[in-house]
Amino acid sequence: MNAATIDAAPLTAPRSRRRVQPAAYLVAAACVAVIAIMAAPLVFSLLASIKSAAEASAAPPTYLPHSFSVQNYLKVAGYQAGLATYIGNSILVALMTIVACIGLAAPAGYGLARFSPHGKEIAFLILLAPMMIPYQALLTPLYLDFAKLGLVNSRLGLAIVHTILQLPFSVYLMRNAFEAIPREIEEAAMIDGCSAWRRLTHVFLPLAVPALVTVALFAFIASWNEFLGALIFMTREASFTMPILLVSVRTGDHGAIDWGALQASIVVSVIPCLAVYLALQRYYISGLLSGAVK
Amino acid sequence: MSGRLAMEGRPDMQARSARQLQGWLFVAPALLFVAAFVLIPLGQLVYTSLTDRSLLGGGRFVGAENYLRIWRDASFWRALGFTAKYTVVLTPILMGLGYALALLTIDNAPLKKLTRTIVFLPVIIGLSSSSLLWFWLLDEQVGLFDKLLVDLHILKEPPVWFVTADLAFWAVVISISWKVVGFGMVLFVSGIQSINPDILEAAIMDGAGYWSRVRRIIAPLTRRIVLLTTLVSAIGSMLAFDQFYIMTSGAPRGQTFTAVYWIYQNSFVSFKLGYGSALSVVLTLIILVFSALQIGLTARSERP
Repeated sequence: MNAATIDAAPLTAPRSRRRVQPAAYLVAAACVAVIAIMAAPLVFSLLASIKSAAEASAAPPTYLPHSFSVQNYLKVAGYQAGLATYIGNSILVALMTIVACIGLAAPAGYGLARFSPHGKEIAFLILLAPMMIPYQALLTPLYLDFAKLGLVNSRLGLAIVHTILQLPFSVYLMRNAFEAIPREIEEAAMIDGCSAWRRLTHVFLPLAVPALVTVALFAFIASWNEFLGALIFMTREASFTMPILLVSVRTGDHGAIDWGALQASIVVSVIPCLAVYLALQRYYISGLLSGAVK
Repeated sequence: MSGRLAMEGRPDMQARSARQLQGWLFVAPALLFVAAFVLIPLGQLVYTSLTDRSLLGGGRFVGAENYLRIWRDASFWRALGFTAKYTVVLTPILMGLGYALALLTIDNAPLKKLTRTIVFLPVIIGLSSSSLLWFWLLDEQVGLFDKLLVDLHILKEPPVWFVTADLAFWAVVISISWKVVGFGMVLFVSGIQSINPDILEAAIMDGAGYWSRVRRIIAPLTRRIVLLTTLVSAIGSMLAFDQFYIMTSGAPRGQTFTAVYWIYQNSFVSFKLGYGSALSVVLTLIILVFSALQIGLTARSERP
């Protein structure tokens, strides 16, 4: 994360203040244009979602809403099993993914970083395997296994699939975090007679909170957004997660696309992601940089 | 090391093997998870690819028959070719725009930081959300992007994106460029910012202008991160599914099926699990080459 805060002045250092002024204005104008282009789709989606249902499906469309309405949101709220069910499914799957990622990756990272077992390189390589094997290829055998185990249309089953996706990154991050903790701290805890497990829970984990937050954040965002696994495993309406709901809303009940309801459900699917990201941006970027692995 | 072991009051050897065992116990749950949900399924995948299993039953061992069928499956090769084209077209766009945006927003002035944050936002949202968002923007009747093209007099008529394979392809490329351009940008910004400022300072002293600094110093010193990001991005594109499933459904006439889409189509629409598994094995081998390169590069850049 240090990299991001290094003073980058020399890259743009003006050779003479007067000569650089027009360029600075140009750069600022370019930035504003980039912001406008990148933000426009999300802003227009938000604006479309608060149009009346009729206006949202009007052709040609209006740029700005002529009236304010929550009609589209009400429609989505009562869609099929109810929006609450779908949000609940998505949140529960994401939470289970977070718990599984931390529950598996924290001890594994601890073992790899602090105990150097013989053959730890092999163990590490095995733990990175899901990164090399595209999970898209594993969905067929997993589907057959899960069908036998009753894990199809199960939130636990989908959470397992999402954990497969996120585990390599999580182990990598936790191992690096634990490796960075000074030996003296561990030795002090040993003198106090702390068992290996207690050292993990009372010494190492509290010192690795930033890494834990990063693991949880990535697990949440990956799980909340994951599509193909959910499409294959969640076939019953009541077990849909948000991404599948979106597609289902587009298909609609009567053939014609309800554009207003679609915009409202897109907004609902996007907001938790953006909120969590904006609140924890620092962790996300540092995770991205340290683990460009994923 | 020996000091600490002595403190535990045990003979060295015994303590060391106890420590070994403890280490393995901590790693074991994660290893078991990967074995159960990745390695064993991988074995099952390979086995199933040698059978005529379908979702409705079957499972007779047929040897290499599925693989021979892949050889003759023109649709698969077309899908693979389409995926390659998508990757080859999209990756340079993403890397080029990402690098340009990184150079534009490189110093940490508030406006630049804000620009980076906004550019990165679409990376966070789901591919299904962004694909549906663009499906709407690009609709010829209700889409604002189409309306904007007409209102700005760029086109006379709103284009109908999803009727020809070519336009549908570009529709997806536009939407994905918007969605992931920030990914490369953020990695490039960190790469550029970690260049030793003294080098750039010295270049300025020597009278090097902005572009020559970019060409002669910044570009060569960020080559590794660019290469790595290119690989990560290309792997992602080779595995594309969501955006095509949602925006084109493979239409028109199956011309926009990607490799993963064709596997999905065989396994979960036609229920030909044996054949779908064989396709998955082939795809896995292709991706494996890319990931091996990526991991090799990462491992090397980890210890400079």
